[in-house]
Order: sequence, then C-alpha cells, then structure tokens
Amino acid sequence: MALPARGITALFGPSGAGKSTCLRAIAGLERDSTGRVSFGHEVWQDSARRVFVPPHKRRLGYVFQEPSLFPHQSVVDNLDYGFRRAGRPVHLDREGMIDRFGLRGLLDRRVGTLSGGERQRVSMVRALLSDPALLLFDEPLSALDAAARADLLGCLERLHGTLQVPMIYVSHNIDEVARLADHIVLLNDGHVATQGSLQDTLTRVDLPPALGEALGTVIEGSVSAVDMHDQLIELEFPGGTLSLPHHDEKPGQSMRCRIAARDVVLTRERQVSTSALNQVACRIVGMADAGASSQCLVQLDASGTALLARITRRSWHALALSPGDEVWAQVKAVALGA
Amino acid sequence: MTLLSDQDLQALGLTLRLAGVVTVLLLLVGMPLAWWLTHTSSRWRRPIAAVVALPLVLPPTVLGFYLLMLWGPDGLVGRAIAALGLSALPFTFQGLVVASMLYSLPFVVQPLHNAFESIGDRPLEVASCLGAGPLDRFFTVALPLAWPGVVTSAVLGFAHTVGEFGVVLMIGGNIPGQTRVLSMRIYDHVQAGEYHQANMLSLCLLVVSFAALLAMSLLRPRRYMRD
Repeated sequence: MALPARGITALFGPSGAGKSTCLRAIAGLERDSTGRVSFGHEVWQDSARRVFVPPHKRRLGYVFQEPSLFPHQSVVDNLDYGFRRAGRPVHLDREGMIDRFGLRGLLDRRVGTLSGGERQRVSMVRALLSDPALLLFDEPLSALDAAARADLLGCLERLHGTLQVPMIYVSHNIDEVARLADHIVLLNDGHVATQGSLQDTLTRVDLPPALGEALGTVIEGSVSAVDMHDQLIELEFPGGTLSLPHHDEKPGQSMRCRIAARDVVLTRERQVSTSALNQVACRIVGMADAGASSQCLVQLDASGTALLARITRRSWHALALSPGDEVWAQVKAVALGA
Repeated sequence: MTLLSDQDLQALGLTLRLAGVVTVLLLLVGMPLAWWLTHTSSRWRRPIAAVVALPLVLPPTVLGFYLLMLWGPDGLVGRAIAALGLSALPFTFQGLVVASMLYSLPFVVQPLHNAFESIGDRPLEVASCLGAGPLDRFFTVALPLAWPGVVTSAVLGFAHTVGEFGVVLMIGGNIPGQTRVLSMRIYDHVQAGEYHQANMLSLCLLVVSFAALLAMSLLRPRRYMRD
C-alpha cells in the first residue's frame, strides 16, 4: 500500500486485521518480517535485498496503546529522552507543546503517580519532541476511560491542524477515525480492503461485511448558531443544516460529525410530527446489498454531500423507492455526537 | 587475648579482597552474558545456559578437581599458559579468582537474566523509536530498570565467593596471604581444636553475610509501577 506523505492516515479494521503488525513493520520493530518498506526516497526495509534500517535511524514518533513511559524517569526526563537525542531542535516548540497538552504542572512528577490519560499525553508529546519525520499512533486511546479519551481526542484534533509531518493512526474505533483522519486504509483479514479519502471510502457500498458498522458519512461543517437554552448547536454543511448536542463549541468553529448508515431513516415526505430534529432533502443515487440479506444500502445525494442509509429491503419495496427519487433522510441529532 | 590473630585478620582481608575482585569481574562478564541469553534466538542459548548453571548443582570439589587437572602442568590450559610464558594458576590468588568466578557465575548471571527478562521488549522498543541506539538503550533504559537485579547479583556473587570452601581446597591450597581464605582458616582452627578462634571467624562470616543481605534490601529501589 502507498500512503500519502501528509495529513493523518487511519489504518482501520476489526481486531486481528493486522493493523498493529503493519505499523510495527513500518517502524522496524518486526525485523524478521518479509516485505519492503520505504519512506519518501529512502528504503527502510527490503527483505529481498537484505536492507534493514533500525528504528532509531528511521526518525519515528511511535505512540503505543499503553503509554510505556520510562518508570525510572520523571515526566520531564521522559519528554526530553527523544528531544535530547534529536539535538534539541529549535524548530520544535517544546514549551508550547507542553502547554497545549496540559503537562506544565506534571513536569517534575514521577511517572507512577500519573493517571492513564496523563501518561498517554506525556507519551504523545515525548514522541512529537523526538523530531520525527513520521508519526505512528497505535490505538493510543483504546486503553483509556471515556473522559480521558474525549480529552485526548480534543488534543489530537488541535494537533491535526498544526501537524507538519504525516501521521499513521491505527484504530478500530470509527468515531476516532472519523474525527481525525484525512485518508483511510481499511484492513480486513490481513489485506487492504480499500483505501482512499475518508468520505469516499466510508460511503462505498462494496466493503466486506466485517467493516459494515463503519459505513456512513463524515460531514465537515461550521457551527452557525449555538442555542444555550436547548443545549444545541447548528452545524451548516453543503447539504443543509444539522442540530447537534452542544459541548463547548463556539460559533464559526469548524467541526466534523458522522452519520452512520444504520442511523438514517428514509421518508417520502418531510415529516411534521416527529421527534427527529434533522431532516435532510436527498436524491437517491443507487441501492446495493448490505451483506445481510434483509437489508440494503441506499446511496443518497444531499446537494453534493454523499449520505448512506441502511434500510430493510422490505422498506425499499414498500416505499417503491428507485434511483432518482427525491426523499427525506431523518437523522437523530443525538446520533451525531462527535 | 585479642579477638583475631594477625593470621586470622590476613585471611579475612584476603577473603574480602577475593570476593570484591570476583564480584566486579563477574558483573562485567555476567552482564553481556545475561543480556545475550535474554535476547538471542541462537540454538546455542540452551546449552550455554546449562553450562552457566552447572556450578549450581555440581559439587565444588568436582569443579575444583577438574580445574586442577586442566590447569596443572599436564593439563590443556596449564600447558598453554606455560607456552605463553605466564605463571601457573593453581595455588595462586589469580587462580583462585578465576576458579571463584566460574563457581559463582550462575549466582550473578541468573538474577541479571531474570531482571533483563522482566523488563520486556517494550521499553527498549520505545527507546529505539525515540532515536536511541543499542548501547544507549542498554545504559539509559535496560540497566536502570534492571538495577534491583544488578544489586542482587552483586550481593549473591560476593557472599557466595566469601563462603566457598571446596574449590579453594582443591585449587588454592592453604598459602597464607595468597590462598588462605576465611573458610580454610576456620577449618584449620576446628582441626586444631581451637573452637574459640573458629567461633570468632565464623561470627565474622555471619556478620558479613547479614550485612550483605541488609545492604541488598536497602539498595533496592522500590518497584516501579507498570502500565
């Protein structure tokens, strides 16, 4: 597989699909694996030509699922381990990163006294400070509780905007991927099922059933209004406007949300007496089997934004739907929490 | 009456010197050996581990006997040493050092091996991804994390060398200032019916052993928390 040299590329797939092994091979931690790894114009590993560049010469920033901090060192010593070996590069904003990840007050602490979320933040900044040419994140949030995960997702989202080097992000959590990734590689059973831009890939209807839960649309829009009374925000995107639960978003802020294919209900007419807040006018583009025989996937076009709905085959016939029809897609706002 | 005679003091000094030299040398030899045993995938790993562990089960007199045969004027090593123009090993301090190293090797290598093994691969992988080469990783990550094992190794190696008897009997003899160590001296006193002197020296050994174990538990840092 060839991965883009910029932005965040997600390696996504079910457990056992080979995501972590793939990442370890890229890092050079699987010395005996066969194959070829190259980065830019450098060949890092080629088992046929017996080329092997050891990990410490690959300029990586690897973040493991477990924070794996050095327990015999303080937080600041952990942070500086790679930074010192990279020659304390001046182009890295060490102080800024420490502040952005909320580590200022932890610097002198011993690693054993940190919470899981704090440790993983240290581990990420430690990797960023080693002046990497490539960042490799191996399910960095999956061992954390929900609060720490939300906190770190925010950190990563902000990091995304300022990231100068490419990142490969392994995850089996589609919400994480939807929020962070620009590009996605779907792995299934040790093979690449498909890859491409996030939006195009997740609205494909020909993916293996094991990846079915990941299907859906990732919408990128901007917050056009905040309703403090109902604790809702309005998210404007090319296909219309969606109401979403309010967390701490501010007007004008751009954000992503995901609409899973299974959370979309189709109606012929716009409903008036319904608890669903979000109804989007769409045109049917096509229909495909969704693997499970009772269901089908309907491809929709909402003024340029592709949507996917998983409905029963019976409903498809009962509503007499066919490509070209104008329909309304009901999306429950709570289902969109990013 | 003084507590220890000059000869007893000489034996005590010699014993501590021997144990000190052996411990330092064993740590230098044992660390690479234990590291190799931990990380190699060579098919020689098991045979070599067995050879290293052999003194654990082998009677010291047997080890001493074979060393004497090997190092003697007709032995393989003895002839090689003579050919190189070096002085013979049996019945010398140097010979005692080498014999003690062989005898105490497993007591140093085993704790180191266990310590290196319990670190696991992850901290070393992390260090290598942060740009640390092999030696750098060893000294900044592996050694600090294995420190309790290093302390245990040193103390066991030291105490075990202090207490040896069978090997000394075979290869060292009983030469004052050269090879007459504490355990030999105690044996001599008992043979001569000098139970008071034997008691004094035995107490010395007891105190040294106790102090070594106490030092071990004091020098061990508290266990690091793992995530």
